[in-house]
Amino acid sequence: MELTQFEDVFEGKLAKNEMVEPKDWMPDNYRKHLIRQISQHAHSEIVGMLPEGNWITRAPSLRAKVVLLAKVQDEGGHGLYLYTAAETLGISRDELLNNLHTGKAKYSSIFNYPTLTWADIGAVGWLVDGAAIMNQVMLQRTSYGPYARAMVRICKEESFHQRQGFEIMTHLSFGTADQKAMAQDALNRWWYPTMMMFGPPDSESPNSENAIKWRIKRETNDQLRQKFVNQTVPQVEYLGLTVPDANLKWNEDKKGYDYSEPNWVEFKSVISGNGPCNKQRLLARNKAHDEGAWVREAAQAFAKKRKEIYEAA
Amino acid sequence: MSDNQGPVWEIFLQKKAGQPFVHCGSLHAFDKEMALQNARDLYTRRGEGISIWAVPSNAIVASSPEDIGSFFEPSNDKVYRHPTFYQIPDAIGHM
Repeated sequence: MELTQFEDVFEGKLAKNEMVEPKDWMPDNYRKHLIRQISQHAHSEIVGMLPEGNWITRAPSLRAKVVLLAKVQDEGGHGLYLYTAAETLGISRDELLNNLHTGKAKYSSIFNYPTLTWADIGAVGWLVDGAAIMNQVMLQRTSYGPYARAMVRICKEESFHQRQGFEIMTHLSFGTADQKAMAQDALNRWWYPTMMMFGPPDSESPNSENAIKWRIKRETNDQLRQKFVNQTVPQVEYLGLTVPDANLKWNEDKKGYDYSEPNWVEFKSVISGNGPCNKQRLLARNKAHDEGAWVREAAQAFAKKRKEIYEAA
Repeated sequence: MSDNQGPVWEIFLQKKAGQPFVHCGSLHAFDKEMALQNARDLYTRRGEGISIWAVPSNAIVASSPEDIGSFFEPSNDKVYRHPTFYQIPDAIGHM
């Protein structure tokens, strides 16, 4: 087939809402875009384990501890699903990890903020996982098959994450005055970083146009952000808390809330390495990888030895 | 220092007894025992399966998408392989 024919087949698949599979022909830029997006997504899951892991040893009850352990383990699992999806595009796991550890690859800016109190664990599950779900529900229908299938699996598991976060928020919001203040403080600190998770406004989003054209994304950053606000505000009201946005107002014409944009200068600064925890996160990842080298070596040596015994028998 | 994560394995899960094994994803492992253990930890955290197959990725032979036309062509014109090809008298009802 000529190149134009390959392009026609590819475009035809997108037009018919069919999925593109690893062995299908695809434009180089589509492949590059996916590798970047899926690997960033995978790195976010892995780095996302750190702010929550911070509270495992200090969870306020045994129930809270096993729940948090299970959630953090899920995040690790999500990272692994996504790494293998990225690998179907022709990049190796070692390369992917190396890009994370050297700071070449990005991950979601949200994980560069610290989890200062137990209420932050509630806010992260409720808001951060809530925002992630909004994005991931859309990605279940993304045009690349392995990515879409990983998303279906992840979405099933995320629901538990968001609900456990909201449960923590209800306990605190309906608890003592101090506990309620702690919940409000967490909401104040996590609201705008969560709003940033959907990415820059559509007018300034360099990668959005292709992502929509290739059906990698089906909704724009601003559409998802609006959906998130509409869904979350009633939950904030239920908790008796206040969204830290004086301009938040129901707009009957658009059947949605008007809201203030997050501080995009801060967003850019955090993305480029200057958030409160960027250095700490990268150091922790590198340390875990380096200190885990002996496990990989031992597993490899054990497999080799077992193979020799098997072959000798 | 070793960066190697081991070869890739494709994982298939059987949800319940009697059902077919379905591909659920892949993972890295150094040998077949570790592949099974990793698959259990990664793909069955919520009772998703009662049996696992782990197959080295490089052992899988796959048809090429480019050949889709010619490869499957032989069956395309054999409508008589389908039950709806045959006329059954109304009096007989469902068959």
